[in-house]
Amino acid sequence: MKKLTGILLASTLATPLFAEAVDDTLVLNEEIKMVTRTAAPAHMAEEVDEIISGWHFRGKETRAMQADDFDNPGMIFVEKGEDSWNKVEGSEGKSCASCHGDSASMADVRPVYPKYNEAAGEVRTLEMQVNDCRENQMGAEKLGYTSGSMANMTALLASVSRGKPVNVAIDGPSSATWEAGKELYYARTGQLELSCASCHEANYGNMIRADHLSQGQINGFPTYRLKNTKLNSVHARFKGCVRDTRAQTYKPGSAEFVALELYVASRGNGLSVEGPSVRN
Amino acid sequence: MKRNLLTIMVLAASTLGVNAADIEPSKVVYADGAVEASLSGAAGDASSGQKIVGSKKLGNCVACHQIDALADIPFQGEIGPPLDGAADRWSVAELRGIVSNAKMMFDESLMPSFYKTEGFIRPGKAYTGKAADDTFAPLLSAQQIEDVVAYLATLKE
Ligand code: HEC
Ligand code: HEC
Ligand code: HEC
Repeated sequence: MKKLTGILLASTLATPLFAEAVDDTLVLNEEIKMVTRTAAPAHMAEEVDEIISGWHFRGKETRAMQADDFDNPGMIFVEKGEDSWNKVEGSEGKSCASCHGDSASMADVRPVYPKYNEAAGEVRTLEMQVNDCRENQMGAEKLGYTSGSMANMTALLASVSRGKPVNVAIDGPSSATWEAGKELYYARTGQLELSCASCHEANYGNMIRADHLSQGQINGFPTYRLKNTKLNSVHARFKGCVRDTRAQTYKPGSAEFVALELYVASRGNGLSVEGPSVRN
Repeated sequence: MKRNLLTIMVLAASTLGVNAADIEPSKVVYADGAVEASLSGAAGDASSGQKIVGSKKLGNCVACHQIDALADIPFQGEIGPPLDGAADRWSVAELRGIVSNAKMMFDESLMPSFYKTEGFIRPGKAYTGKAADDTFAPLLSAQQIEDVVAYLATLKE
């Protein structure tokens, strides 16, 4: 079986024939049925038929951990995010809650980020927007882009959106950024000359040494990884993957990674928001 | 004085695994993806080649290929075809070409080019994420390529 996969792959590298994603259903807290696989959005339908959450490529125990908030280690960080949501900081004497109310009122935000901000004339990630509010609404210090405090806040904002479909806009004012991100996705970087697509489009379902390759979706971010026992942000993950091609990486928060995030997010349009998810 | 300079140069070269007799990566001649002449001018050592193929720090070929003869190495990958019987399918010159720069044999191949130093997008300094510096060298030295080829030549079914 494995041999056959290899031989067939060599001749048809474009689409994997045996994408071994585990057949399972994710129901959160025995309540919310999550969309973890669905038809690919039109913009990528020529490359991939079905988009699949990284959840399907992890082991049974890891999958079970994510299904129950009491077992999901990422939920501790959501609580920390909630504390910070309600905490007054900065020169204006305000907390996030002062203006936005209950964190649950943000349920429609995560699914549409990164999003074009009209006034600023730029595509913003959730991290950028959080820091914009801290700096310009609260008079507080910015949080480090991949810091623990920032991940706590993005975990909170993801958690209140769980079950809603990712739905980032790729047209209109976002289209130039989206195109730039697409180019980065297919660029074969580093001394190993591998692109995101080499591993996450042409080979998902296959093993690369000890790792079971997923589609590299970001609907589950931030992810709690058993490997480093903390929350991992999207750009930290991108950085690790680029580094592994023996390339010079881009910086978290850079224009390149913002564009790449918009593009990768759009490859998950239709999947449920899962963050904070559990991965190994 | 001249002599000193020469010694220094040889020393510097040998730390990178470069040998005076080596054919430089940019000078390797490919014919239909195959390379006739030994890259180091010397014969390969199959047992050293076996270590390189299995080692995560060296060739790490098993990250992408399965090899039944190396069944004791855990976690073999599925990105490329199993290498069992490679010597039945390919001549030594073809194997040398594939290992040196597989893109000459297979258009757009996902297999890294192990004996190449030019034409990369954002090459890094190994796995640090930083930019490449003057220690940048091919993934395998000429002699390491020869050793790997000698090992692959033993893979018959
Ligand atoms: C003084 C009021 C104020 C405070 C305090 C504030 N914000 Fe905002 N926030 C706004 C306004 C106004 C907008 C809309 C801005 C815009 O659309 O450009 C906004 C927008 C946002 C958005 C994007 C919503 C969307 O629909 O796109 C997020 C996310 C957000 N804020 C998070 C936070 C967080 C996290 C904090 C606390 C660290 C915070 N905000 C504190 C006023 C505030
Ligand atoms: C050499 C192969 C390789 C390349 C190239 C690569 N990745 Fe990955 N990536 C992995 C592995 C292995 C994992 C961990 C297992 C998995 O989820 O696929 C991973 C995980 C991820 C994840 C986490 C998915 C989840 O559900 O938690 C994301 C997101 C990701 N990669 C994005 C990217 C992007 C974007 C690029 C291009 C800049 C890229 N990767 C390039 C191998 C690769
Ligand atoms: C990133 C994955 C990857 C790595 C690492 C890799 N290869 Fe490959 N290799 C491939 C792919 C994919 C093919 C299939 C050829 C193609 O690209 O169409 C291949 C093909 C081959 C072939 C021809 C296959 C056959 O038997 O018909 C040989 C021989 C080979 N590789 C040897 C090696 C050796 C030796 C190493 C380590 C020095 C290595 N490969 C490392 C991906 C890889």
